[in-house]
Amino acid sequence: MSEQKAQLVLEVASRESSERRAENLTRVWAEPAGVWGWFKAVHHTTIGKRYIVTAFAFFLAAGLLAGAMRLQLAFPEAHIMSPDMYNQVFTMHGTVMMFLFAVPMMFEALSVYLVPLMVGTRNIAFPRLNAFSYYLFLFGGLTLFAFFFVNSGPDRGWFAYVPLSGPDYTPGKRADMWAQLITFTEVSALAVAVEVVVTVFKLRAPGMSLNRIPVFVWGQVVTAFMVIFAMPGVVIASTMLLLDRTASTQFYNPAVGGDVLLYQHLFWWFGHPEVYIIFIPGTAIVSTIIATFSRRHVFGYMALVLSLIATGFIAFGLWVHHMFATGIPQMSESFFTAASMMIAIPAGTQIFCWIATVATGKVVLRTPMLWVLGFFFVFILGGMTGIFVASVPVDLQVHDTYFVVAHFHYVLIGGAVFPMFGAFAYWFPKITGRMMSERLGVWSFWLFTIGFNITFFPMHILGLRGMPRRVYTYPAGAGWTVLNQIESCGYVLLFLGVLVFLVNVWRSLRTGPIASSNPWGAGGLEWAADSPPKPYNFLDLPTVNGREALWDAAPDQPIVAGLHEDVREMLTTRLMDAEPEGRDEFPEPTIWPFVAAVVTTALFIGSIFRPVAVSIGAIPLAIALIGWFWPTRQESARRRERDIWQKNS
Amino acid sequence: MIALLSAVPGFRGPQTPLDPAGPQALHIEHTLFLIFWITSVVTVVVLTVLAFGVLRQHAKGEIPPPFEVDPQTERRATWIVGSAIGVTVILLFVMMISSFITSHRTAVLANSSALKINVYGHEWWWEIEYPNEEQPYRIVRTANEIHVPAGTIVDIHGTSRDVIHSFWAPNIHGKKDLLPGYWNDLTVEVDHPGTWRGQCAEFCGLQHAHMAFNIVAQSREDFNNWYNAQLKSASEPQTPQAIHGREVFLSHPCMMCHTIRGTTANSTVGPDLTHVASRSMIAAGTLVNNTGNLTGWIANAQSIKPGCRMPPNPMDANDLNDLVAYVESLR
Repeated sequence: MSEQKAQLVLEVASRESSERRAENLTRVWAEPAGVWGWFKAVHHTTIGKRYIVTAFAFFLAAGLLAGAMRLQLAFPEAHIMSPDMYNQVFTMHGTVMMFLFAVPMMFEALSVYLVPLMVGTRNIAFPRLNAFSYYLFLFGGLTLFAFFFVNSGPDRGWFAYVPLSGPDYTPGKRADMWAQLITFTEVSALAVAVEVVVTVFKLRAPGMSLNRIPVFVWGQVVTAFMVIFAMPGVVIASTMLLLDRTASTQFYNPAVGGDVLLYQHLFWWFGHPEVYIIFIPGTAIVSTIIATFSRRHVFGYMALVLSLIATGFIAFGLWVHHMFATGIPQMSESFFTAASMMIAIPAGTQIFCWIATVATGKVVLRTPMLWVLGFFFVFILGGMTGIFVASVPVDLQVHDTYFVVAHFHYVLIGGAVFPMFGAFAYWFPKITGRMMSERLGVWSFWLFTIGFNITFFPMHILGLRGMPRRVYTYPAGAGWTVLNQIESCGYVLLFLGVLVFLVNVWRSLRTGPIASSNPWGAGGLEWAADSPPKPYNFLDLPTVNGREALWDAAPDQPIVAGLHEDVREMLTTRLMDAEPEGRDEFPEPTIWPFVAAVVTTALFIGSIFRPVAVSIGAIPLAIALIGWFWPTRQESARRRERDIWQKNS
Repeated sequence: MIALLSAVPGFRGPQTPLDPAGPQALHIEHTLFLIFWITSVVTVVVLTVLAFGVLRQHAKGEIPPPFEVDPQTERRATWIVGSAIGVTVILLFVMMISSFITSHRTAVLANSSALKINVYGHEWWWEIEYPNEEQPYRIVRTANEIHVPAGTIVDIHGTSRDVIHSFWAPNIHGKKDLLPGYWNDLTVEVDHPGTWRGQCAEFCGLQHAHMAFNIVAQSREDFNNWYNAQLKSASEPQTPQAIHGREVFLSHPCMMCHTIRGTTANSTVGPDLTHVASRSMIAAGTLVNNTGNLTGWIANAQSIKPGCRMPPNPMDANDLNDLVAYVESLR
C-alpha cells in the first residue's frame, strides 16, 4: 500500500517536472512570432512544411502546363498554341517538374522534414543554411514563372542543348533564365545535401549504429551524396553556357574550336544520376510503408541498403545512354549498355525484397499501401522499358520518340509521384495532427492510377509508330491522332485524381479525426514525437535498440538526459556506432538567411543582364553573411561559462 | 492492356521501326522483340506473385501488432529472392549479348564501294548531296528527298549547318545525330523499291515538328535515270507563262536564297530548286507538291510553317501564277 502510494507520488512529481520541462523547451525552441518572425524561422519542421507546400504548388503548375500540351496534341496540325508557345510550355513543364518539383520534393522537402525526426534529434544540422536554401529555391521558381508570364520562358527543352540554346540561335534572355534557374536549384540542393549528410552522420540517437539506420534515412543519405557528386557537372555546363551567352566565351562554338558534345557529357553526367536522385527517395518511402503495412521488419535490410548504395554508384556510369545517337565509338557504347543493364540488378533486388516482405507479412490495405501497390505496377513497367533504351540498337530506334516519353513518365511518376502520394497519406497525421479520409484517398488513388495509364501507356505505341518527341504538332495522315486523343482524355482523369487529393487535404485539415502520435502502429522514431511534433521534437531524446526503434524498444529503453534545456543544445554521436560523443548548440532564428537569399537572387538575376552584377552583388552578400555569422554577446558569454563548467566537472 | 501489347507486332507503315525495309532495321527489330517478350513475361510473373502475396493474408479492420517472422519462412524467402536475382542476372546477360550482336551486325556492312550520300541538317530542312569523287563538279544536290538504289549499300555521311538535328528513317535504321563540327556515318541498305518517311528526332527549334524527308528506293535502272536527270541544269521554260515566271523568280527575293542551275540564281541559303518539281513534297515533308500548295507556300510560308526562313512574298496574282508555272516546269 505504501509502496503504491510512493509510486503515485513519484509519477505525479515526474509529470509535473515533465510539464515544466516541456514549457521551458517550448520557450527555448519556439519559432519567433509575428510577420518578421515568419522570415526568421529555422526549425526543420517549419522549413520542411514550406518546402512540401511550395514544391507541390510547382507540381500543380507544371501539371497544368501538361494539360495545355495535351490539348494542343489532341488534334493534328492544331493551332491552339503557336509553336513558340508550345516550346515554352514543354520546356517549362520539364524544367519545373525536374528542378522545382521532383528533386525539391523527393529529396529536400521530405528529408528536411523527416530525417531529423527519424534519427531522433531536435533540428537539422545547419538550420540557417536550411532556411537559406528554401528561400533560394522559392525565389528561383518564382523568377522563372515571372519570366514565363512575360513571354520570356525558356523554350529550348529542359536540357537546353547547345548550339540551339547558345548565343547564335536563342537571342533574348530565355536561355539565360533557364541557366540561372539551374544555379538556384543546385545551390539549394547542395546545401540540403550537406545538412542531411551531417545530420545523419553526427546527430543520430545513441544506439542507432549504421546497421540500424532506417532505410528511408539511408536512401536520403545516398541521394545527398549523389547530389554532391552530380551537381558540379551541371554547374559547369550551365555556367559555361551562360558565359558563352553573356561574356562571349566560346566553350561550345565549333567554329572556333569549341565542342557541342562537351555540353551533353557534362549535362548527362548530372542528368542521369538526377533520375536516381528523384527515385531513390521514392524507393526508400516504399521500404518504409511496406514494413509498416506488412506489420514486420522489412525483408533483407542489408540487401536493400546495399542496393541503394550500389544504385548510387552505378548511376554515374550510365550517362552516355542518353547520347547513343551522337556517334560515340561502339566499344564505349557497349560499356554503357552493360552499365545500364547492370543497374537493373539492384533495382530488381529491391523489388524482390519488397515482394518477400509483403508475402510473409500481414498486409493492411490502407491508402499509403495502395499507392505502394500502384507504384509496383507502374514502376516495374517503366523499369522494363528501361531495358529497351539500355540496348544501343533498340535505343537508336526509340530514342527521342514518344516511347521514351512513356518510359520516363512510368519511371518518374511510378518511382516518385506514387510513393510521394503514399508518403503524404502516411505522414499527413504526423505533420498536421489529423488523419486523412480513407474514402477520398481510395478515390484519388484509382482516378490517378487509371488516368495515368490511359495517358501514358499509348505513348509506347506512338513511339513505335514513329512519333518523335517535342513536336508541337503532327500530320493528320500519320496515324497518330486517335492514340493522342485517348491520351488527352486520360489527362482529365489524372487531373480529377489530383483534385480529389486536394479536396481530401483541405477537408482533413479542418475536420479530419485527431491523430494519435502513432496512428499506424509504425516502428520509426518519428512516431515517438507528438503529432504534429512540438518545436523541440522530443521531450526526452530517445535511444535506439533496433532497426524499427519503437517495435524493438526494450521495456526499460533509456532516454538521453543531461543536456542543457535552457539553450538549443544537441547531442552529437559517433559516425559508426552512434555512441554519444559531445554536445553542441543549434543556432537561433535569424533574419539573415532570408536577407542573404534576397541578395543572392538579385545577384543571379542581375548577372543575366550585366555580368558585373556578380561583383557588385558580392558586397551586400558579404554584409548579409557577416550578419548571419555574427556572434552575439549573450551566446558567447553562455559558451564561456559552459566551457568552464565542463572543464571543472 | 494485354490486347494493346499484343497489337504491337502488327504495326505497318512508312515511319515505324516495326516494318523494316532493310537488314539494319530488321536486326534491330529482332532484338526489340527478344527484349519485349522477356520483359513481358517477367512483368507478368512478378506482378502475379505480388498479387498473390497481397491477397494471401491481408488483415481486415484494425491494424494488428507487429510480429516476428519465423526463421524458417525467412530462410525460404531468402532462397527464393536469391534465385530470382540469379535469374534476373542471366536474363540481363541474354539481352545484353543480343544487343551487342545486333550492334555488330548493323555496323559491319560498311563498305568502300558503297554509294556515298552527304546529308546536311538545316533549320528546318535537309540538304542532300551525291558527291562524285572522280568528277567533283558533277554533283547532284537536292533537298528533303533521298533516292537510293534498292539492294545497294549506302553510306550516309551527315553533319549540320546550324544546330543539332537527328537523321531518322525508322524503317531503314536507327537514328544518327547531325552535329555541327562532327561528321557521323550511317550505313544502310534498302531491300526493295518503295517510299519511306523520316523525320528529325532531335529538338531543333520552332519548326522541329515540320522537318521530315522521304527515302525513295528504286531499281538500279530507275535510280540511274533519276540521277542523270538530276545532273542536268534546269530545263528552259517553254510556255510564255513560264518564261515570265522565270523573270519573276530572278527579279524577286527568291534568287537571294535559292539555286536554279542554268540561271543566275545560285544562293545556298534555301533548298536547291533546279528539279524541285520532281519531288513529291515541299517544305520538308510538310505539304504535297501541287499547284495549290506551291502557290500558298510562295505567297506566305509563315502561315504554314511559322518561323521558317522563307519570307512572305507579296506579289500580284498574275506574277504569282506565272512563277508557280515556272517552278512546276522544273522537273
